[in-house]
Amino acid sequence: MQQVVFGIVAALIVFAAVRLVTTRNLVHGALYLLAVLAGAAILFLLFLAEFVAWVQVLVYIGAVVVLLLFGLMLTRAPIGNMALDSQTRPLAAVVSLAIFGITSTIVWKTFKGQTVHFSKPNTVDTLGRAIFSQYVLPFEIVSVVLLAALVGAVVLARKEE
Amino acid sequence: MVTTLHHILANSIVLLALKLGILLLLLPATLVVGYVELKVMAHMQHRLGPMYAGAYHGWAQTLADGLKFIQKEDIMAAATDRTVFSMVPYITMLGAALTFVVIPFSRHGVIANLDIGLFYALAVSSISVIGVLAAGWASANKYSLMGGLRAAAQLIAYELPLVLAAAAVAMQAGSLSLVSIAEAQRYVPFALWAQPLGFLIFLAAATAEVSRTPFDMPVAEAEIITGAFTEYSAMKFAFGLFAAEYIAMIGMSALAATLFLGGYVPLLPQLRFVPGPVWFLIKTGLLIFLLIWIRWTFPRLREDQLQKFAWKVLIPLSLVNIFVTGALKLAHWT
Repeated sequence: MQQVVFGIVAALIVFAAVRLVTTRNLVHGALYLLAVLAGAAILFLLFLAEFVAWVQVLVYIGAVVVLLLFGLMLTRAPIGNMALDSQTRPLAAVVSLAIFGITSTIVWKTFKGQTVHFSKPNTVDTLGRAIFSQYVLPFEIVSVVLLAALVGAVVLARKEE
Repeated sequence: MVTTLHHILANSIVLLALKLGILLLLLPATLVVGYVELKVMAHMQHRLGPMYAGAYHGWAQTLADGLKFIQKEDIMAAATDRTVFSMVPYITMLGAALTFVVIPFSRHGVIANLDIGLFYALAVSSISVIGVLAAGWASANKYSLMGGLRAAAQLIAYELPLVLAAAAVAMQAGSLSLVSIAEAQRYVPFALWAQPLGFLIFLAAATAEVSRTPFDMPVAEAEIITGAFTEYSAMKFAFGLFAAEYIAMIGMSALAATLFLGGYVPLLPQLRFVPGPVWFLIKTGLLIFLLIWIRWTFPRLREDQLQKFAWKVLIPLSLVNIFVTGALKLAHWT
């Protein structure tokens, strides 16, 4: 059952990902990206990582894609059904094939032949305890880095007065 | 009697049908809330409101409106992006209706009591903004695009105080499960004790999230004619805008009632004989009435006031609220 759902969702993700890079319409591309991310959220649910799945929905669908669409509509996207293309397809194809090759090789070499056992779902309780006890220092460092990025963005966006 | 009831409920197909039934009840619920809004608005303006449809005080007005929408022609402009345009009502309805999966109507009357119910509710409520943005763009209309952009800017800004106010509640209750949060308020709701500031922040942010006056810049009729949904007609309009808006409003009220008023938990121990769903409906209904009351009392905010209010007032206040909640919790005061 789980594997059937996985197969269907994975096929849909691949379809949406291919359409994402082949469509000539930027906003359609963003909507296909949405489908890919939603599919990834379903995969997380299948792997019993409930919290990660809803983080995926809140952060990637609710914020990242919205910001992306917002930016597109505010600047480049022509209203309505019009095409937009940047004429750099060969270069983009080379770059994305290279990235695909590198990441899939890494994943293949690291996890080849391993089976993952799902004993019990990862609760937000265990996650919280891990972050705030064992991994508290990395967590704090990441927080400071993010805060610095935030302040930096504000400084860059401000006009000199 | 009780054992047979439990026996029937244990049947997973019956249970699934019941749970789907709760979600299907949302549609008639929008008609009821729509009618109440028409009536309350009219009486606040010293009018009678609908009086004819259905004979008794116009009770069938919203039903008649709904049937009228079914008969209307579904118009799409020539430049419309038809696929995206038609997808929008599904996205907005989905985003609005998914919240109800985790809202407890009674101790055990919840479709799915997730460990992270609160987080789930906040995550799915952010889906509908995609629908509004897509509607604005696919309509091929400047006003619609502007409405979509306003909606996105507003929803992103008010999502933060909403989540932060809810985070303080989760800290207070020590759980993300909505049932545990309601249970933590047995006889003392958080709105009266420990989280009054959070309650006000959540109410303001929730009003903005469902784009109701005074935060209705995204649909401002007088300037951008219902924003992203200008080009929508017939059933797409009825579902994409009306039904989704009212379901989102009921959902936000139900969530606020659970987080700050204790949801299905009785207000007084002496009133325990009143069943949980009745308490839940009373509290949710009160908040819905409050939202309607606010809508017909306050004028619309300007876009810059709206953004300033979110970033310079609500977000700092909600951070202070989190800090105070944590400090009081550590000092064992609450």
